[in-house]
Amino acid sequence: MSIRQALQERILVIDGAMGTMIQRHKLTEEDYRGQRFANWHSDVKGNNDLLCITQPAIITGIHLQYLEAGADIIETNTFSSTSIAMADYDMQDLAYELNVAAANCVREAINQYKAKHPNSKEKYIAGSIGPLNKTLSLSPDVNNPGYRAVTFDEVVVAYTEQIKALDDAGVDVLLVETIFDTLNAKAAIYAIKEYYRKVGKTELPIMISGTITDASGRTLSGQTLEAFYTSVAHANPLSVGLNCALGAQDMRSHIEELSQIATCYTSAYPNAGLPNAMGQYDEAPHQTAHFIEEWAQNKFVNIVGGCCGTTPDHIKHMADNVRSISPRTLPIQDATI
Amino acid sequence: MSEQTIHIKPYLRLAGLEPLVVRPETNFVNVGERTNVTGSKKFARLIRENKYEEALSVARQQVESGAQIIDINMDDALLEGVKAMTTYLNLLQSEPDIARIPIMIDSSKFEIIEAGLKCVQGKCIVNSISMKEGEAKFIEQAHICKAYGAAVIVMAFDEVGQADTKDRKIEICERAYKILVEQVGFNPQDIIFDPNIFAVATGIEEHNNYAVDFIEATRVIKQKMPLAKVSGGVSNVSFSFRGNEAVREAIHAVFLFHAIKAGMDMGIVNAGQLALYDEIDPVLRNLCEDVILNKNNDNNQATEALIQYADQIKASGENAGQSSEEANKLKLAWRNDTVEKRLAHSLINGITDFIEADTEEARLQYSAPLEVIEGPLMAGMNQVGDLFGAGKMFLPQVVKSARVMKKSVAVLTPFIEAEKERIKLASTSPNGETKGPAKILLATVKGDVHDIGKNIVGVVLGCNGYEIIDIGVMVPADKILAEAEKHQVDIIGLSGLITPSLDEMVHIAKEMKRRGMKIPLMIGGATTSRMHTAVKIAPEYENGVIHVLDASRSVTVAGSLLNKDQKVAFLGSLEKEYIGLKSDFDNKRTVKQSLPYVNALNNKVAIDWTNFSAPKPSFTGNKAIEINDLSILVDYIDWKPFFIAWELHGPFPAILKDEKVGEVASKLYADAQELLQTIIREKWLTAKGALGFWPANAQGDDVIVSNGEAKTELHFLRQQAIKAAGQPNYSLADFICPASENKEDYLGAFAVTIHGIEKHIKAFEAAHDDYNKIILQALADRLAEAFAEYLHAKTRKEYWGYAKDEQLQNEELIKESYEGIRPAPGYPACPDHTEKYTLFSLLDAEKHTGITLTESLAMYPASSVCGWYFANPQSQYFGLGKIAQDQVVDYAKRKKQTMEYITRWLQPVIE
Repeated sequence: MSIRQALQERILVIDGAMGTMIQRHKLTEEDYRGQRFANWHSDVKGNNDLLCITQPAIITGIHLQYLEAGADIIETNTFSSTSIAMADYDMQDLAYELNVAAANCVREAINQYKAKHPNSKEKYIAGSIGPLNKTLSLSPDVNNPGYRAVTFDEVVVAYTEQIKALDDAGVDVLLVETIFDTLNAKAAIYAIKEYYRKVGKTELPIMISGTITDASGRTLSGQTLEAFYTSVAHANPLSVGLNCALGAQDMRSHIEELSQIATCYTSAYPNAGLPNAMGQYDEAPHQTAHFIEEWAQNKFVNIVGGCCGTTPDHIKHMADNVRSISPRTLPIQDATI
Repeated sequence: MSEQTIHIKPYLRLAGLEPLVVRPETNFVNVGERTNVTGSKKFARLIRENKYEEALSVARQQVESGAQIIDINMDDALLEGVKAMTTYLNLLQSEPDIARIPIMIDSSKFEIIEAGLKCVQGKCIVNSISMKEGEAKFIEQAHICKAYGAAVIVMAFDEVGQADTKDRKIEICERAYKILVEQVGFNPQDIIFDPNIFAVATGIEEHNNYAVDFIEATRVIKQKMPLAKVSGGVSNVSFSFRGNEAVREAIHAVFLFHAIKAGMDMGIVNAGQLALYDEIDPVLRNLCEDVILNKNNDNNQATEALIQYADQIKASGENAGQSSEEANKLKLAWRNDTVEKRLAHSLINGITDFIEADTEEARLQYSAPLEVIEGPLMAGMNQVGDLFGAGKMFLPQVVKSARVMKKSVAVLTPFIEAEKERIKLASTSPNGETKGPAKILLATVKGDVHDIGKNIVGVVLGCNGYEIIDIGVMVPADKILAEAEKHQVDIIGLSGLITPSLDEMVHIAKEMKRRGMKIPLMIGGATTSRMHTAVKIAPEYENGVIHVLDASRSVTVAGSLLNKDQKVAFLGSLEKEYIGLKSDFDNKRTVKQSLPYVNALNNKVAIDWTNFSAPKPSFTGNKAIEINDLSILVDYIDWKPFFIAWELHGPFPAILKDEKVGEVASKLYADAQELLQTIIREKWLTAKGALGFWPANAQGDDVIVSNGEAKTELHFLRQQAIKAAGQPNYSLADFICPASENKEDYLGAFAVTIHGIEKHIKAFEAAHDDYNKIILQALADRLAEAFAEYLHAKTRKEYWGYAKDEQLQNEELIKESYEGIRPAPGYPACPDHTEKYTLFSLLDAEKHTGITLTESLAMYPASSVCGWYFANPQSQYFGLGKIAQDQVVDYAKRKKQTMEYITRWLQPVIE
């Protein structure tokens, strides 16, 4: 069953935080390096995407935990697997390989899961395309607001490489996520559209997920939610939604608004509340799930899951709570004004 | 939420920072034309001279004059178009007051259009593409526009040429539409036609029907392709009257009047200079009508008549430019303020136009250039920080403010340098040798992109004579420490806003230890805290880790760290403080004592009910209260909170004579009084209220209200702290006669609000008048409170009438030295906000007052007050304090709600 068909029938659950789960393993610099990068010339600790190559068993294990918790969609661990983001570690040449390795980790987890649960429903691999560490709409230099640390063309090149790798590795969906600068997302969309138009293949479904950063109710680059949606609607996405920065409580009004204006499916994967003074997220699984359940009942969402601080436990509670709730139906697009 | 299916209409939807939806009722969309090097000499000159920042003011003027989209054109033979477009759009993106509206990227060269599309996050319009070089190129360009998510203007131009007749215009547009929709997959609503507006009244007879051709073609295009839009460059039509603005504006107005009726959706216009059709001198208007509609125009008669008339009014000098001059005057009203206010205004609004002159003026007024920074500039930046913290400013605006700050500092820097030379400030390094100024390295840690705080700290420290080495955002530990060593800095400052940054900071502290570094580490940013620094970071590095709360404190901290004599003592006392914090944190498990709820219930307020007889209200049920003349509320205004809102603390009216802030406060008070009089005189605001009384008796901590036949339960909470002997555990229910006494008692309720503020807020915003805007908001709050006070007084004396002889002065009112109370749900005595639902339904408050409750139970309009009335002479305000789980369980049972729901709403008061 295709993901589009599944979305007509039920609310799909996307997995929770990867970083939070990796932290539990308390990995050292040596663990990150593995054998292959034992002598790499810069620190690599914190390069979570690299673990798909150096510690695939750990990543596969985390995916498996989310599958067991009831996730339908598993994100590849490729948030930063672009030549631009990997340049922080001088690993730009690994971008393609990282994406393929990451997709393989998810597939391996799904295979293991299916072997254990032969009658389970279809599971989907979402190729995660992150926001990059450089922004196209904001200048890193206050004295020179016209300056940009990167060009649109450079971003398109980097994203195209990631898209090709994810597509080659057989993911089911492309997920452009944690968008805090819409122009970066537009570069990703441009890369997707032009890549498929040029190779003449059918486009993979696109999921888009923006980030409202704070009390202003806007993206980091200053757009309101509706402006953001208007600016990415040309992707003709499978879904549009919100993730990160806010806990469910603060995200509610935004996801409600989005559910009213989006012609496609909607998704939401908030953080586990707001972090405390120690930087930890204390919202308990049942609390997050309670918010999500209410959104589902109010038909705000088609896809739910968790971002920073959420765990398989959070996902399990969510999956259990939304299982019997019918999904949001798509708005009718009138033909005339 | 209902299950009703949502319908979404195929409107043209565009976006800058904010959306623009072109609906039928949108009528006509103004596209600002002055940011066009081919149409505006001033703009062209600024761009050619590389004065991009000044060129932004052209865009700003268009937006302020009402442009809803801004057209940008850099087609000039002397310019590198791609570069000019890129530079200008990138700069424009950091101007939120301009970037809020969508951009129209205008060029005859597609490479310039594409360069523009690469700079804009919102949904743009491309102006334009056409079939003049054949279908293949048209299709390819349309595909590219679609991949960027832009709407397109299609010019009525094909392989043969530009369409001038009605039929050719229609034919080309239809052909283009078919290709775009069927072959490229364009949404019809994203197609905008420009069927070519050409100049009329040129003296050439063939041109006389051009306006008619456009208008009639528009009519047919809109009939045949109703989702598509029609646009055009309006000023072309009056080209022959160059230099005579009054006549041109009249021609434009007449042309638009007819074109819009025919279906024209948008036009490129000089947004500041659109005349109103109805306000044009009728003689001129009739002449324009003839020319536009090509009537009475045999042998160019109409044209000749208009030319003649035009010469006349040109000769008489004065023309319609006047009105826009006045508008300009109004917009610049803030320029008459003091230099401090002007600097603050420029900072808050990110205006660079006057900052240099104002800074210079301030420098001459103050005794040292540094004082300008520490005084007015820092005060302005603090306001910016507050607005940002409150979600009233967003990132790009703050960055803009920092830039204004920088520009101002740039003016002052040479003078500060000269001063420094004189007194050799900060020229001694910690190890005693003389070298340049002390160096501070600043970085936002790996994984974090937030750097406003860091930038502000950089500005502030830079202003205080330190050399700042800012290595940007997302910097890995390696690089931070390598750079620190390379530059031999004296302090490292780390910033982070998101929570994983906290761990990264711990990591950096560990690394500093491993590398054997000696310099101190400053920690700052929104998620950081003194506690976290003490507990997690400081133990990892022994040469000084200091949490810095805000930019202004960074100066004293850096000063203490770099002063040989102070450093040791400073770090010593800090270490002690942090160790204390850490041990507090580690041992934090104190147990608080509270009374079992049953016992608290038994310790209620002792009221002698046996001799009690309740005063009877003049009516029961609810009714609407409306106040037409706000002047009756003036005497009830409590001014103290008004001044607190402006961070002027102190009793009123004493604050007006306060040594330090008296002058500011008096000025503010005078301005507020002036605005208040205008509000009253011109009836800006209206006051609406609801009032009600009902028979009521208490039952435990519930109060049962008889609302006609129906019974409504109000639920109150009781203090549970262990009290001193003889002190009751208060609950509001104590002030109503218990049902067991079999006696009549009553309870009242009210809700009041002030309507109508939005329009005037907008007007002030448009005039850049934040000052009056904030006064207006504060006044609306005060008026709502005054209304509540007024209504309470009327209630005591008339509506309920239990204190008919009360004679109180305003001061006593404010001290609430009257009988009876009016506590509000959500406030200390009854902190459960959800009781507002009951209050609102008893009062029919929404119907009577127009107040609505948000999902978090805030009242909208914001200037609203509601509450219960208790008349019992023993009733008094109190704070509930913390309550224990046993009461929560009981309360949930009484309210027939789940524990989860109750716990969520009562969270702050649950132990």
